[in-house]
Amino acid sequence: MSEEAERLAYILRDPLFPCIQCGKCTGSCPISVISPHFNIRKLLYEILNSEGEDIAQKKEMLWDCSTCTTCVKRCPKEVNPADLIISMRSVLVEDGQVPPKIRDVLKSISIRGNPWNIGQEKRSEWAEGLEIKSIADAEILFYVGCTPSFDPRLQKLTKALAKILSRAGINFGTLGNDEVCCGNEIRRMGDIWSFDALKEMNMEMFNQFPIKQIITTSPHCYNTFKNEYADLNIEVKHYTQIIPDLIKKKKLTFSKKLEKTVTYHDPCFLGRQNQIFDEPRAILKSIPSLNYVEMDRARERSMCCEGGGGRMWIEAFETMERTATIRVKEALDCGAEVLATACPFCLLTLEDAVKSGELEDKIQVLDIIEILSQVID
Amino acid sequence: MGKIRVGVYICHCGVNIKSTVDVTKLTQFASTLPHVSVAKDYIYLCSDPGQELIRNDIKEFNLNRIVVAACSPRMHEPTFRKVLRSAGVNPYCLEIANIREHCSWVHEDINKATKKAESILAATVAKTSLLEPLEEKEVDVIPTALVLGGGIAGIQTALDIADTGFKVYLVEKDPSIGGHMMQLDKTFPTLDCSACILTPKMSDVGNHPNIELLTYSEITDVGGYVGNFKVTIKKKPRYIIEYKCNGCGNCISYCPIEMPDPFNLNLSKTKCLYIPFPQAVPACFVIDPDYCRYTLNRECKQCEPVCKELGAIDLKQKEQFVEVDVGTIVVATGFDTFDPTLKPELGYGFYPNVITGLEFERLSSASGPTTGDVMINGKKPKNVVFIHCVGSRDKTVGNEYCSRVCCMYTAKQAHLIKDKIPDAKVTVFYIDVRAFGKGFEEFYDRVKQEGVIYRRGNVSEVYKRGEKLVVKAEDTLMGQLVEVETDLVVLAVGMVPRADSNTVNNLLKLSQSADKFLLEAHPKLRPVDTASDGIFLAGCCQGPKDIPDTVAQASAAAAKASIPLSQGKVKTEAQVAQVNELLCRGCGFCVEACPYDAIELKPTEIAGKTVDVASVNEVLCKGCGACAAACLSGAIQQKSFTDEQLLSMIASLGECYE
Repeated sequence: MSEEAERLAYILRDPLFPCIQCGKCTGSCPISVISPHFNIRKLLYEILNSEGEDIAQKKEMLWDCSTCTTCVKRCPKEVNPADLIISMRSVLVEDGQVPPKIRDVLKSISIRGNPWNIGQEKRSEWAEGLEIKSIADAEILFYVGCTPSFDPRLQKLTKALAKILSRAGINFGTLGNDEVCCGNEIRRMGDIWSFDALKEMNMEMFNQFPIKQIITTSPHCYNTFKNEYADLNIEVKHYTQIIPDLIKKKKLTFSKKLEKTVTYHDPCFLGRQNQIFDEPRAILKSIPSLNYVEMDRARERSMCCEGGGGRMWIEAFETMERTATIRVKEALDCGAEVLATACPFCLLTLEDAVKSGELEDKIQVLDIIEILSQVID
Repeated sequence: MGKIRVGVYICHCGVNIKSTVDVTKLTQFASTLPHVSVAKDYIYLCSDPGQELIRNDIKEFNLNRIVVAACSPRMHEPTFRKVLRSAGVNPYCLEIANIREHCSWVHEDINKATKKAESILAATVAKTSLLEPLEEKEVDVIPTALVLGGGIAGIQTALDIADTGFKVYLVEKDPSIGGHMMQLDKTFPTLDCSACILTPKMSDVGNHPNIELLTYSEITDVGGYVGNFKVTIKKKPRYIIEYKCNGCGNCISYCPIEMPDPFNLNLSKTKCLYIPFPQAVPACFVIDPDYCRYTLNRECKQCEPVCKELGAIDLKQKEQFVEVDVGTIVVATGFDTFDPTLKPELGYGFYPNVITGLEFERLSSASGPTTGDVMINGKKPKNVVFIHCVGSRDKTVGNEYCSRVCCMYTAKQAHLIKDKIPDAKVTVFYIDVRAFGKGFEEFYDRVKQEGVIYRRGNVSEVYKRGEKLVVKAEDTLMGQLVEVETDLVVLAVGMVPRADSNTVNNLLKLSQSADKFLLEAHPKLRPVDTASDGIFLAGCCQGPKDIPDTVAQASAAAAKASIPLSQGKVKTEAQVAQVNELLCRGCGFCVEACPYDAIELKPTEIAGKTVDVASVNEVLCKGCGACAAACLSGAIQQKSFTDEQLLSMIASLGECYE
């Protein structure tokens, strides 16, 4: 084996030795349902039997994975196929062999500090008309996130969240146009170098202020701050974690009721990866007149909407159904009029599925915070 | 004793020691050490000629201390002690220098390894010169055994010990003996009716003159040591007087309260005044205090007048404590089945037609809630899927082991479906089929011959599609996702240690292996012994087993537990702790440090004053040395490991590296 082959075998193959080829990963994989050539067990087997040759080079399928980690959670031998995918993507990123859309994202990150190739001066555009403090004058950081800052649909969500936080009397501020990407998706696209740079920038920025707590809009930002920023000594919360207490302590009170049947889709980065299952449901169930129903597959059994791991920036597999479409069907099956979620990416993919299925008159996709803003003045 | 004369014997252990330690050089080195009269090396000292060599030298050179440089003392210390004894030397005048596990096996450089072996040997010789002869004491054994658990393991153990002629107390926490085996329908691979082969043994237990059966009972305290255990047993109130109840059952129809039937795993209802199953031993009813309106609220009492003639119902019964003295104890506390709600993707608890293998046994059993018809929602299932390895071989739930019975019980259940519903489609999802036992592979062949489809893949998800369940997996041989629509999913749940076993384990100070099952004294050579003398293991409390293995192990445990009973005496540890009463300040640190409750503070008269001083019960002391390490004033010394002896070793090691 050459030195390079040995290095690759060490990074990619050796962690796979415990695999017993049981197929739990592939059977659990939401992407395998829509893209049969994506078979993670087979990939593991090929690598296990390789002599360290550069398997990553041959695999366009690597970009299919949404890093939902269903395979990781269910593997009986605690093998981590998602880490393998990310490591293989890193090999490709190092070689500059990435799909054009991913390349554009990584370029935008290094030039602008966000993945959407939009000028940072527009980052706090969503806050126009609102009086949002700078973190310099507040104690809790509202970390908005890139997509909730720039995407016109998500800006509504962001505004709603800011208003609710103000209503509850929380002394929060933002980093304004200085906020940069958290790096969660960037790391999962395999660009571990940019991730490290973003992490350093963010840590430096956070450390300038005496921040008591960070509240995020997105479960993706929450995940990376919580689990991948090792030296961050600030409490991080996803917004769904703080709302139930605010309702309980009457800091938020309902002025209206909502006579609708609502179900909830668990975002992978909130539920599966961080075990936050109860809080979002508690919020929905506390809303007057709201009829909460559960989908057949919920909580640990939930299915990924396909929005993570860089999939937001890649087109759907041609002719293939998207997993979000399957998910919307399941929501309709349980009689829901509103499909709630608590993740910007889930919101976009599910709403897309509703639109492409021309189901707008049957079901509406809303973030929990948007539902709350309908019942709180 | 006169002059110290040490003989040193260095073993080659074939090439195990010789290939990395220069034994000739080591022997020459040994002969230069103080007090050494003779030093020799030999190819296998544990062989008969090797032992004879030492025995002859003891006579020829008038040796009174022996050092054997060889393998770990865990291997052959007892062998060489016997050599000393047979040559008329006190067996505790022996020391083993471990130059195999501690030296030759873990090093490669022969020069360095030889140097290290010299240090080990020199230190051992230094200590040996200071050894004192010790005497072993003997204590009488109470010729009675206690067996904990009344499943097939405990039943077999109790019967075998009782047939040997000794009295046995059999303690069972449930109202009847029988255990899990009683709940099974057929057994693999012979398809014997499980209850039919078990009930004769249960009846034997009930009728055996040497067995005293204590059902609905738990142990609450254990004291003493091998030969003389004192065990406190709590008899929970049955609210039925056992010797008066004749099992007629006239009372049942008067009881107005229904509750889930524990014997049928809550698949059906029973009255809260119930007998677990018709063949229960003892054939005595019991009232569940969590459901009975009298025990809960002092209401009802409708049953009491019905039994006027016998007067067996006593709703005011209280728990009782009995104390028994026994010589040996066998633990046969069994297992729980894995809780499949820990694998939410398989849908157990969400869908009523996802059941466990044990629940299937009740559905299939003639004594079960459907009298043996496998029915789901009142209909016979036409599509049945079995899922292997649920809760076994699975690190996500902390069970790395294979449960050893699930492959075969699934094959048997697949056969039962084919037998009862011939046109049913039966699919088994497996990872590996482990048909390792006698007649197992043949049975697997037979089941496949009957048309059961085996698909290789670990099921990923079970979900609903309309009225049907869908089982989704990757068929790894096809490399394709498959969805199988089904009416019934049976989860081949594995075995786990009993959730309530901690009390017993703590009372008996039993250790667990990494899989949380009880730890045997040696995995190969002492599989039914525990680290505690006089306490033995049988059945699934030690690890997953099928019925034949359980019965074999139970008989083995019975034989082992009978040995001290028939010998009548046991030897106690000689290398125990001893107290220098003049140095003891009565602080009690040693009392806390002792894991065997062997030390207590006793008022003792010293220099005309009565003061508290540590006192060692030499029968309870295992010679672990914890007290000696804890003692601040050096008042407690462990025989053969005294400060003087250990310091001489350290000093010798210091000299070696000067």
